[in-house]
Amino acid sequence: MRLWALPILFIAALAICIILTAVAELPPYGMPGNPAHNQVTRRYIENAWEETGVLNMITAIVLDYRAYDTMFETIVLFTAVLAVVITLKTTEGKGD
Amino acid sequence: MRDFILKRVAALLLPFIQMYGLYVIFHGHVSPGGSFAGGIVVGLAFIAFATIYGLERGRAKMPERITTLTESYGTLWYGIMGMVGIIKGAPFLANKLAGIDLGTLGTLSSGGLISLIGLGVGIRVASTMITLFFTMMEEES
Repeated sequence: MRLWALPILFIAALAICIILTAVAELPPYGMPGNPAHNQVTRRYIENAWEETGVLNMITAIVLDYRAYDTMFETIVLFTAVLAVVITLKTTEGKGD
Repeated sequence: MRDFILKRVAALLLPFIQMYGLYVIFHGHVSPGGSFAGGIVVGLAFIAFATIYGLERGRAKMPERITTLTESYGTLWYGIMGMVGIIKGAPFLANKLAGIDLGTLGTLSSGGLISLIGLGVGIRVASTMITLFFTMMEEES
């Protein structure tokens, strides 16, 4: 093992310790008092059908409440296609 | 992949697969599924056609002119649907706030702009699948 690998190993071990400490502090899974179960979830479950007029609650969240998010997801798809086309597309017999 | 049985089975099945994909896109707001899943199904029908019948015939079904249009205007359609809210004096991408009639709950015309936005997302996802496949396959050949 080379000498310069020691500080890197030390930093990696430290990061693993910090992350595991954070994981140990997480609230237990599925308990009703968790911070994830706040008024936002209740609002969606109780009011989605009358605020959006849509039966499928997933669609109500994805295309109405979080419509900005979905819009930029489509832009992510567009960017991915753009990158692939720029990289791989061969112009047949045009110019140099 | 030029098998006779494979071609006949694909010719029987692929129209129904495509209709099912369009059904999932258009019923995304009243039944399980949605525009992402439906778009994938529609795109995969074209990919299966091109895999079985050959790249040239697949390209003839979905020429580059059309994929360029759907690639470009899928996201733009989403933006136009968002501008409806601004024109009506509400925030961007507003649906009920913009005063759009939401219709009867559970029918196909319910949800106001949501089904139209979902159509844009479905076109977007389908054309992404098709363009990625054809670009990679044509580069290989």
